[in-house]
Amino acid sequence: MLKEKDKIFSNLYGFKDRSINSVISRGQWDDTAKFIKNGSSWIIEEIKNSGLRGRGGAGFPTGLKWSFMPKPNPTKPSYLVINADESEPGTCKDREILRHEPHTLIEGCLIAGFAMGAHVAYIYVRGEYVREREALQIAIDEAYSKGFLGTNAAKSGWKFDIFVHHGAGAYICGEETALLESLEGKKGMPRMKPPFPAMAGLYGCPTTVNNVESIAVVPTILRRGASWFSKFGRSNNTGTKLFCLSGHIEKPCVVEEEMSIPLKELIEKYGGGVIGGWDNLKAVIPGGSSVPLIPAKICNDAIMDFDWLRENQSGLGTGAVIVMNSSTDIVKAIWRLSKFYNHESCGQCTPCREGTGWMMRVMKRLISGDAKLEDIDNLLQITKQVEGHTICALGDAAAWPIQGLFRHFRSEVEDRIKNKVSPKIAAE
Amino acid sequence: MENNLRKIIIDGEEIGVNPAMTILQACEYIDKEIPRFCYHERLSIAGNCRMCLVEVVGGPPKPMASCALQVKDLRPGPNGEPPTIKTNSKMVKKAREGVMEFLLINHPLDCPICDQGGECDLQDQALAYGVDFSRYIEPKRAVMDLDLGPLVETHMTRCISCTRCVRFITEVAGMPEMGQIGRGENSEITSYLGRTLESELQGNIIDLCPVGALTSKPYAFTARPWELSKTNSIDLMDALGSNIRIDSKGKNIMRIIPRNHDGINEEWLSDKSRYIWDGLNKQRLDIPYVRDNSGRLKPCSWNEAFDLITHKFNKSPNILALAGDLINIETLFSAKELVSSLGGRTECRIADTCIPPNDRGLYAGTVPIAEINNSEIIFIIGSNPRIEAPVLNARIRNSWLRGTEVNLVGEKSDLTYDYNHMGTSLSELDKIIKSKTRLFANKRILIILGQGIFSRNDGYEALEVVKKFKESLKAELISLHVAASRVGAMDLNFVSDPGYSSSIEWSDIILNIGMDEYDLPEDKFVIYQGSHGDRGANRADVILPSCAFSEESGIYVNTEGRPQISLKACEKIGEARENWAIIRALSEKLNCTLKYDNLIQLREKLFLEHPNLSSLDEVKKNNWINSFMYSKECLKFDLKNIWRDHYLTNPIARSSTIMAELSKNKQKK
Amino acid sequence: MLRRIDKDQPETFAFTKSNLSWAKKQISKYPKDRQQSAVIPLLYRAQEQEGWISKPAIEFIAKMLKMAPIRVYEVASFYFMFHLSPVGKKAHIQVCGTTPCMLRGSEKLIEICKQKISKNQKEPCSKGNLSWEEVECIGACSNSPVVQIGSDYYEDLSEESFSNLLDNLIEGHPEPGSQKKRFSSEPEGFLNSTKVKIEENKNASVRLFLETSIRKKTKKLMSER
Repeated sequence: MLKEKDKIFSNLYGFKDRSINSVISRGQWDDTAKFIKNGSSWIIEEIKNSGLRGRGGAGFPTGLKWSFMPKPNPTKPSYLVINADESEPGTCKDREILRHEPHTLIEGCLIAGFAMGAHVAYIYVRGEYVREREALQIAIDEAYSKGFLGTNAAKSGWKFDIFVHHGAGAYICGEETALLESLEGKKGMPRMKPPFPAMAGLYGCPTTVNNVESIAVVPTILRRGASWFSKFGRSNNTGTKLFCLSGHIEKPCVVEEEMSIPLKELIEKYGGGVIGGWDNLKAVIPGGSSVPLIPAKICNDAIMDFDWLRENQSGLGTGAVIVMNSSTDIVKAIWRLSKFYNHESCGQCTPCREGTGWMMRVMKRLISGDAKLEDIDNLLQITKQVEGHTICALGDAAAWPIQGLFRHFRSEVEDRIKNKVSPKIAAE
Repeated sequence: MENNLRKIIIDGEEIGVNPAMTILQACEYIDKEIPRFCYHERLSIAGNCRMCLVEVVGGPPKPMASCALQVKDLRPGPNGEPPTIKTNSKMVKKAREGVMEFLLINHPLDCPICDQGGECDLQDQALAYGVDFSRYIEPKRAVMDLDLGPLVETHMTRCISCTRCVRFITEVAGMPEMGQIGRGENSEITSYLGRTLESELQGNIIDLCPVGALTSKPYAFTARPWELSKTNSIDLMDALGSNIRIDSKGKNIMRIIPRNHDGINEEWLSDKSRYIWDGLNKQRLDIPYVRDNSGRLKPCSWNEAFDLITHKFNKSPNILALAGDLINIETLFSAKELVSSLGGRTECRIADTCIPPNDRGLYAGTVPIAEINNSEIIFIIGSNPRIEAPVLNARIRNSWLRGTEVNLVGEKSDLTYDYNHMGTSLSELDKIIKSKTRLFANKRILIILGQGIFSRNDGYEALEVVKKFKESLKAELISLHVAASRVGAMDLNFVSDPGYSSSIEWSDIILNIGMDEYDLPEDKFVIYQGSHGDRGANRADVILPSCAFSEESGIYVNTEGRPQISLKACEKIGEARENWAIIRALSEKLNCTLKYDNLIQLREKLFLEHPNLSSLDEVKKNNWINSFMYSKECLKFDLKNIWRDHYLTNPIARSSTIMAELSKNKQKK
Repeated sequence: MLRRIDKDQPETFAFTKSNLSWAKKQISKYPKDRQQSAVIPLLYRAQEQEGWISKPAIEFIAKMLKMAPIRVYEVASFYFMFHLSPVGKKAHIQVCGTTPCMLRGSEKLIEICKQKISKNQKEPCSKGNLSWEEVECIGACSNSPVVQIGSDYYEDLSEESFSNLLDNLIEGHPEPGSQKKRFSSEPEGFLNSTKVKIEENKNASVRLFLETSIRKKTKKLMSER
């Protein structure tokens, strides 16, 4: 169990005084200028050594990502863009950072921005998080008044500004290039890559898009050292991580824990256990709606990190654990995700625009068993026709939960077709 | 350049290509056809249809969109081998079949009643990548149709959201009036809240639409593409000489569509050029007429008409031949031969338009139209290219999009791009000449000179200002005429020394060949030769009915001085005859028979005397005659545009009900 | 379903004086000639002002940002937080229906909406005061089931607490946040077991709600005087 002193987000729940003076007294904004004086290559090297992998879902090494940014160019400024469009079903960790630990993010923006040669950061907060956006803006205003941002940010000699921007209800804007489109005032339709944002991102300028949590942990990593951070978790999966527990557990919560924590420990220690006991577990979606579920028997040994879950045909994603116990109508639960992806498909490219609707409709029929057995294989084939053929990863994300369902619960669906079992209510 | 080529292997064939090329272009370069719906070489890349997927060997384990991937972004193999692309592997075929299935699940199976049938990209590709059954048993999507106006018919349920129309209207036409609203499977292509389209180039979205979602309203349900005879022709609605194809069924023209010509219209066509075909069958003069003693025009035979004319010629009158806007070279050549042999005069500079004879560098310009693309600064002087040549205007816009600065001297109007309005008089040019500014040094500068000066009565001196301006900026020049026959007529020197007004005053008999824009005096004997009952026929003493341009072959020289040949698409109407043949017949009646019996002989003589015109489709470099002095007086005059109503500028357009409707709609707005 | 703009449109739209200066400040966040970036914030402010996005509002903002109206309409129709027709004047209840909330009973909340408000989504009822819609994941999954009303989240709902919430909405917005006495997203009962000193009385979201309501009330009082 992660010790209290090793938690990066010591005020995750907002119990403690959230005013800036209090935040400073807890160690935030300490030595910021010193890190910057150490130079950008030192910062990037530290982050690389810490083993930090992006916390937005894809798990790309953060330090490496920063190193792709070209040398600063006066005609083409570099931008840091923070992806606070937290919309992946099951995920609600960045919300806590934005409202209760905003200074970790703001300080992280300054350091990361400096490291990649950016003088401006835009924080793109999902439209629904109105209060969280307000809380963040208050913290930014406080930082300006303390001189932590502005022409000589935290007395580092680096000019740095942060602007808060927001969306208005589109999951797809969590995809980095769609986010940039949205930030430019357009529909959030993903761009084709290449060119990658590091070459041509916001307004055609070099841009790095990072998740809130990835940036918020940066100041602490620098303060406590890369080796401190990397001692948590298994190698290649280092650090601490915010996990969001939801679904059929006694005490749903957001919690910071060590990477590679066993799933069972996470659920039982913090979540108060599965409703009806561990043996009542049916399946878990371990990393947000986009990753395939894992059935109870795999959950027994599951380790919450990138590599273990990938090896077991799922993923850590955002660390959002959706627990489903035996009362769950698993087909309906996955159908509801298909409905989500259908609702959120931007409609730009053919396979996703047409495929998400088709998948959703077949899934709907499977709930009641109003289908033929060959519909299952057809559906799986449709998921394969979508997967890997779209501009962005939403198509893949729509396909994987369905593939996961049939990987582990095919016989249940087949029984339903054979017996035409009427659906249960998903809750309880 | 050779060194800059990058080697890639496509389906086992190694080629060297420009690294900026996309994979799709590289494939086309070696004649590998890649299916596509959203990609269009003259529009921005959308990459949304996913039909052009190819396999990049050693790349990501998924197929890539070849329309968007550049050769330079490919990585070489592990041992430095050239990157390898497969366009026909199992992965590719499966991917495309998958996409095709998705495109078809919500596409209606209404090919039998779809106007696109037979020329539908989706239909064609479904043959290659489709299957003959559907696995889709869910309800299909239906989408409400739109009212885009009188030209474009919509069947939006057929739309596959390729966004070509949105991109064209926004990027090329410069009128952001279409978009894709909503999202996901419910997104719809639409105009802004039910507005009809206003662009003068909107018809092109019909050609661009790869399915039957956008079809031609006037052409709707009238023909199938395989029943049509296709004739290559030249458009006469402006002086651009857009290349067109006239599609006819029997003796009727069914539609007009553009042909690609990179130097002229690329593959676009203005709506006026595309939709005047109904005007070709209306208000037609199909028999000769003579004016009787009571002053009424009465039908007669060709012999009666010729008899009356010969009778009038008994008194050795002064004869003046006038050239209208839509007349081919052959007709003007024979008319000039006839009239000259009778001691008469010719004139094409109607209403004293100022065009200096023999100064081809001025009236046909010093560079081809395509030079617009290479210019860094453009000065438009006395023109509204948007209505005088919409397709050329799209080219200026394209150049502007890529950074060209546009300046305008003359009347302000919405040109679909931003420009610097310098003023309305020539003094603005004079200021720059006098300032000897270095601002324009070493820049590629282009002047587009329009009717604002040519159409002025005192234009000759004003033209010297423009010439001086060109010389001092070391600029190139394009003269933008509006009459399709004007440059050709100037090449034939179809002019009279004293000019239009004096020659009319001097004349006893006027042979009016298709001039319908200005009135002629009452006291002359007027022979009108033309195809439509318009102003010219009203003021005629004898009417000789002739073919419209679609009914005869002819050569036209466009505004940049490019001679092009137009072929006969359909049969003449009634007793109308080919224009040159009327002149030839008349010459016989007047006892000075022209020495050719057919068009071939005529052209032989024409080319002999005007070798320039024999170089079809070529733009010759023209000599430049240096400028003369000009007075301060001419700097004061304001430049006015000549056309007020884009849609009603010639007898064919004025006979078209579609043009009448467009004109009415425009005035309402 | 494609959301279409309402048939009945107001004649005009204009930002209030304070919203206009706010909008100009928003535009200044972005580089020169990138004013289009402000389109979402401006549309959202227009919606906060009028309750929904009307055609005159689209055109007003298009003009302000030098955009073609169709581009603004595209944006307004793409992002689902924008209402293209009027919603409940007092409250528009957005019930999260995605799987994490569904697992914890959001379907029952939807049933309650159907009974107490309207059978159909986005149909203002109770004298136009209330309307509801099912939305996709609003990102408070550890406090599910959740509904959003205006700027605020009502979390950890039960049928009973949600039903009460609806009854009280006409009078004014009850305090948002967990309806189960959790502080924020900590495990339930954590407050009792921990030694952490509680220095704040509300989580940030709830506190901002309270501050805003106090501001509103003071303003109202001032204007009444």
